[in-house]
Amino acid sequence: MNNRNGSENVDILLVEDNRHDAELTMRALTKSELRNRLHWVEDGVEALDFVRATGAYTGRDPTQFPKLILLDLKMPRLNGLDVVRELKSDKRTRPIPVVVMTSSNQSRDVAESYRLGVNGYVTKPIHFMDLADAISQIAIYWLRVNQVP
Amino acid sequence: MNDFSDVEVLLVEDNHADAEMTMRALDRANFLNKVYWVHDGVEALDFVRCTGPYASRDRTQRPKLILLDLTIPRLSGLSVLRELKSGVQTSTIPIVVLTSSDQDDDIAESYRLGVNGFVNKPVEPASFVEQVSRIGMYWLMVNQAPAI
Repeated sequence: MNNRNGSENVDILLVEDNRHDAELTMRALTKSELRNRLHWVEDGVEALDFVRATGAYTGRDPTQFPKLILLDLKMPRLNGLDVVRELKSDKRTRPIPVVVMTSSNQSRDVAESYRLGVNGYVTKPIHFMDLADAISQIAIYWLRVNQVP
Repeated sequence: MNDFSDVEVLLVEDNHADAEMTMRALDRANFLNKVYWVHDGVEALDFVRCTGPYASRDRTQRPKLILLDLTIPRLSGLSVLRELKSGVQTSTIPIVVLTSSDQDDDIAESYRLGVNGFVNKPVEPASFVEQVSRIGMYWLMVNQAPAI
């Protein structure tokens, strides 16, 4: 699914540079049948390009926003906090729910993420079954319960 | 519960039937003993800021989630949201609007003011209970709220 042809009708934009972690996330979503409309990008620059329909995503409908951006913090080119800062300081992209999903549970990262306006913060559980449960709850809440403009 | 140290969810709701249904749903998911219910916007701000009747509440204990109705007396839900999200001490507390309004203006304005989530109250009781327990599962079991 990491191809630009599948970039329309995306419910979840997964921003994750670690291939193994991205695959685990997608496997967990397959189990909860919410995998179909996920698009995976590998760094912060590509995430902004996707949302803004620029660069490699020129031609994507810029009015179509994902219902959720699942964002890692440590990434090449542009880190997760910079992505949050960019998205939340632009009134057009501010309403898009952004949930940080990271292996860091440092209180500094948690506090700074919320200060920048992140909608939620999830520390990745270490074991796959726990991770799968967490991802399934994330997807159920953000895709089926929560409403966006 | 007098010292409020166990409060994880602050429920701001003036409608008794809705509040009871919300608490019943949270009870079903085993979260009931962590909910504190206030009836209007002024009391919500007093609780969070430890002022008025809550002056002796421990300021370092913050709820993991505020469930906020929009149409409440004395101070509206949007005003509460504006106050909390513009306060340095309170801006990082997760707030989810839970309302029967699904007007586009309310949704857009809530997000503009920095709400963390927005959920429509389903009319049908079984769906209502289901939605509230899903809110509880995500915000209390999965999401990490910031420390003070």
